[in-house]
Amino acid sequence: MSHADRQRAVRSSAPPLLTARELHKRFGDNEVLKGVDLTLYRGEVVVLIGPSGSGKTTVLRSLNGLETPDAGVLTLDGGPEIDFVTPPSKRTRFALRDRSAMVFQHHNLFPHLTVINNVIEGPLRVQRRPKDEVMAEARGLLARVGLSDKENAYPHELSGGQQQRVGIVRALALRPDLLLFDEPTSALDPELVGEVLIVIKELADEGWTMVVVTHELAFAREAADHVLFLDGGVVVEEGPPQQLFTAPAHERTRRFLTRIMRPLDGV
Amino acid sequence: MDLWELFLSSIGPIALAGLTGTIPLALISFVFGLVLALGAALMRISEHRILSAVARVYISIIRGTPLLVQLFVIFYGLPSIGVVVDPWPSAIFAFSLNVGGYGAEVIRAAILSVPKGQWEAAYTAGMGRTRTLTRIILPQAARVSVPPLSNTFISLVKDTSLASLILVSELFRTAQQIAAFSYKFMVVYLTAALVYWVICLVLSLGQDALEKRLDRHVAR
Repeated sequence: MSHADRQRAVRSSAPPLLTARELHKRFGDNEVLKGVDLTLYRGEVVVLIGPSGSGKTTVLRSLNGLETPDAGVLTLDGGPEIDFVTPPSKRTRFALRDRSAMVFQHHNLFPHLTVINNVIEGPLRVQRRPKDEVMAEARGLLARVGLSDKENAYPHELSGGQQQRVGIVRALALRPDLLLFDEPTSALDPELVGEVLIVIKELADEGWTMVVVTHELAFAREAADHVLFLDGGVVVEEGPPQQLFTAPAHERTRRFLTRIMRPLDGV
Repeated sequence: MDLWELFLSSIGPIALAGLTGTIPLALISFVFGLVLALGAALMRISEHRILSAVARVYISIIRGTPLLVQLFVIFYGLPSIGVVVDPWPSAIFAFSLNVGGYGAEVIRAAILSVPKGQWEAAYTAGMGRTRTLTRIILPQAARVSVPPLSNTFISLVKDTSLASLILVSELFRTAQQIAAFSYKFMVVYLTAALVYWVICLVLSLGQDALEKRLDRHVAR
């Protein structure tokens, strides 16, 4: 199925996997989210772009309970509405986390555990799935990202790109409904970015539902079904990547895209 | 008596008192103290205000009063309110409390030194706070706390000499008794110092070995 087909298929099909409405968040005097809406359909890849401080990471972290918005409503898979006006219970936050998995900017692998133990920790000890099954699945996932020979290595023995691929495998092993990527390549040396983006692109093509915060516009254009441009805590513009990248409707979007794609123009 | 002979005749009983008094006293107190320290550190960083405040007061009292005074309060003070504790339990009690207070700050700092991303990665894998602490945070904090806790332990070994003042027959009290008989204070106390030094040297070697072991998984 081509990308455009898939996109049409998802946006028109059944209820969304996740909706966030009017998310507000303030850190001290700094209002980072000023009413953000986001809708995510099953099998869809939504990419958040925007300048640093625009609130895109905060939006992402609100989706799995790492941040608690001050106001707004979140609905996950037709479940009960989570209204952030009252702080969500522990149980609610756990429910959010159980459905999703996250890949971090700085991989956040557990340094005292081997690669394989990083991957199986969640499935084995939290989800309490049978060890044989978990091991087989973990090895399969490591093989597919080309890291079979690293299963007994410790994270510090790997390159940045390898670490991040383990980070992705660790997330996949949890079998989440929703994958969250928080600037997965921003901390990598430029020559290592590709190997990580290729893996993420493959997952997108396979139909994983994901929200990706990134500065890699070429990746967004290739892999996204839907792109949100955030600036100053609001969604300035959103739409399919072709539209947003080739014919941005807003001056702010245009300026941002120009700055990223032709950084020397303003000099 | 020749000084060398006195040294030879006193090092035996002094070393023996080290083995039967100082070392067990330090070891037992350190183990109890570590348990207290871990508990106090967790209370101190907990979001529960009362727990945190209790830990804070405990740490403050331990660090803010002399160990000798703590020891005397327990051994000589408690009997006046009807609680009589023998020398050994008194000493273990006081030293454990002391290690607990100092160790709590060490462990708290070590826990806080583990990057926030580690908590977040564990949470997003579905782990709760307790599991995150035991599986992810404490193993990493352990490595960080080895050098400062070794310091605490070495200090403790030397501080056990204070127990001689509440009649525990440990290394220093034995030395005092020998000195009182022989009147050769210099030789006897230097012998005692030598034995303390040897014990602490061994502990330092142990610290090095432990650090190397825990360093296996960490890039330096």
